[in-house]
Amino acid sequence: MSPAAKLPRWAEFGLLPAVNLLAALLLSGAIIRLIGESPWAALRLMADGAFGSQEAIGYTLFYATSFIFTGLGVAVAYHAGLFNIGAEGQAYIGGLGTGLVCLALGHWPFWAVLPLAVLAGAAGGAAWAFLPAWLQARRGSHIVITTIMFNFIASALMTWLLVNVLIRPGQQSPESREFAPNAFMPGLHTLLGRIGIPFAATPLNLAFLLALAASVLVWLFVWRTRWGYALRVAGINPAAARYAGIRPERVTIGAMLLSGALAGSLGLNELMGSQHRILLDFPGGAGFVGIAVALMGRNHPVGILLASVLFGALVQGGSQLSFDMPHVNRDMVVVIQGLVILFCGALENVFRTPLAALLGRGKPEGSNR
Amino acid sequence: METYTLIVLLLAATLRVATPLLLAALAGLFSERAGVIALGLEGMMLGAAFAAAAASAVSGSAWVGLGAGIAVAVALALLLGFACVTQRGNQVVAGMAVNIMVAGLGPALALAWFDLGGQTPQLEGAGQRFLGLAWPGAAAAARTAPFPGLLYSQLLSGHNLIVYLAAALVPVSAWILYRTRFGLRLRAVGENPQAVDTAGIGVAGLRYQAVMISGVLCGVAGAYLSTAASAGFVRDMTAGKGYLALAALIFGKWRPYPTLGACLLFAFTDALATRLQGVDLPLVGVIPVQFILALPYVLTVLLLAGFVGTAVPPRASGVPYEKER
Repeated sequence: MSPAAKLPRWAEFGLLPAVNLLAALLLSGAIIRLIGESPWAALRLMADGAFGSQEAIGYTLFYATSFIFTGLGVAVAYHAGLFNIGAEGQAYIGGLGTGLVCLALGHWPFWAVLPLAVLAGAAGGAAWAFLPAWLQARRGSHIVITTIMFNFIASALMTWLLVNVLIRPGQQSPESREFAPNAFMPGLHTLLGRIGIPFAATPLNLAFLLALAASVLVWLFVWRTRWGYALRVAGINPAAARYAGIRPERVTIGAMLLSGALAGSLGLNELMGSQHRILLDFPGGAGFVGIAVALMGRNHPVGILLASVLFGALVQGGSQLSFDMPHVNRDMVVVIQGLVILFCGALENVFRTPLAALLGRGKPEGSNR
Repeated sequence: METYTLIVLLLAATLRVATPLLLAALAGLFSERAGVIALGLEGMMLGAAFAAAAASAVSGSAWVGLGAGIAVAVALALLLGFACVTQRGNQVVAGMAVNIMVAGLGPALALAWFDLGGQTPQLEGAGQRFLGLAWPGAAAAARTAPFPGLLYSQLLSGHNLIVYLAAALVPVSAWILYRTRFGLRLRAVGENPQAVDTAGIGVAGLRYQAVMISGVLCGVAGAYLSTAASAGFVRDMTAGKGYLALAALIFGKWRPYPTLGACLLFAFTDALATRLQGVDLPLVGVIPVQFILALPYVLTVLLLAGFVGTAVPPRASGVPYEKER
């Protein structure tokens, strides 16, 4: 995973992601042209749909909140040298934990429910990450494959639970009953209203602030604690870590528990903040967007925040786009996501090498031809 | 007799479910044996399913559809090859990127071209699909001698061409991998690319060939889904079959015949789950379908954990090859 060519910091964290994003957007524009619509008009519609009004901004940040949680989760594992594809399943099971607390304790006051809901979400996600982590650490099972398998197992488990156990009696669709209002995450517009700032009513809620807090905590943890240091060392060079007295197996398990806990917090936003019940497939791909967000944000909380807002804008702008352009639907957003992952993750050397040469950092170290 | 009919029908359903799984798993076999992780199977298959249904709907010929499916899957395979072999990018990320991109691109193009909400038109014309082939005397055999007759008419006869093709491809793949010079080199490049390079054989070229073979096979699998097993493309119609095929490949320990066995086992659990939906069994009661459907994934995890034998992947799988100076 070592970069082939060294770039100065500003280019590594600013220019390169921007160029990669531009390439992804250009290709998406070409596809929209192929469909027979104007890419410019589409871009303007999306920007307007995502940032054009208070309501638009509220929705954009609401979607971004979910992506911050899953993106941070993927990033923490990545720093330990682990590729966690299981954020989707961990978010699903974590959400189950949050949802169960809300269903059971909805009559308690909100400030008592919240910490328990946070803990239950983190515990659910961490629990779902534990087995793949343990298998990787102790038995050498490839974590990419096991986390994929656990996504499917989570999906089967949740379908069974929702169809057979949690379903509201006398109802056809597999959903739990609604939480009691005490377990609703307060909307940001009500919180802002209380301190005298008017804001349009949107699903944007307190979980956004929790996501920001989680970003700060992740930064502190990874770059300012002994544990975080051990995590990064073990991620870069397990042999050196072992020599320095760090046990890579422990780091693997610890990093995955934290990763799962972060992904598992998705339910705070999606369930407590918006749906107010447990329903089928509520993560809706946010776990996979988390991979894109982490790759684009270079696994740094600031980058992840910015990338999450970008992807939130894509989702929100995309739904606006599908209203106004009948031949473009929300699937276009998924295409852009895929292209961003492709350019930021798999094809990053395409632009890295020429950029390094352009910026005069001499010959790239890794290339031999 | 009734139980017997039920079992034969269950086995016939198993063969039909196993076909795309087997094709994709063989695709993964070539790719991973050459050292390229096969996470893009899902995307290549889905892309081919869309292309095959679209081309068949427009041209009226299932064969044109098959060609288009293979072409699209090979194009995606070349993209994967470019990312994984030429650019030496992260192979897991490349596969995920292709899967996600295609999951969006299929419905997006379908909406733009056919205006049916992300689907392709229903394939109703005579030559637009691969239909079941009744072998000579199948109906008569079932009537005159039910016991072997049913086996002949339901299990052997009556499938479409791709089912038989997939079955034939297992020995062919085994022969290519273990009995030809190309196969030897392919396996070597997945275990020890340095040695292959030292022998003066291009590592990149071999890996590209392997990835393209996997593209062709995924193309056939995708065409099967949209023009044989069903009549048109719908959103997310692979539904995780690419990942299940990967699981089957691991379960088969990266060998052709055990992989066939794993595909049949996984397909059987699928067919059984469909059959057991809501059925009250003696002693155990109703088995939740979801548990049966999750079985292949649980089994694969157990295998990877070393509780059911051991699975050792090709040694250089997932490692980009860098020529030494």
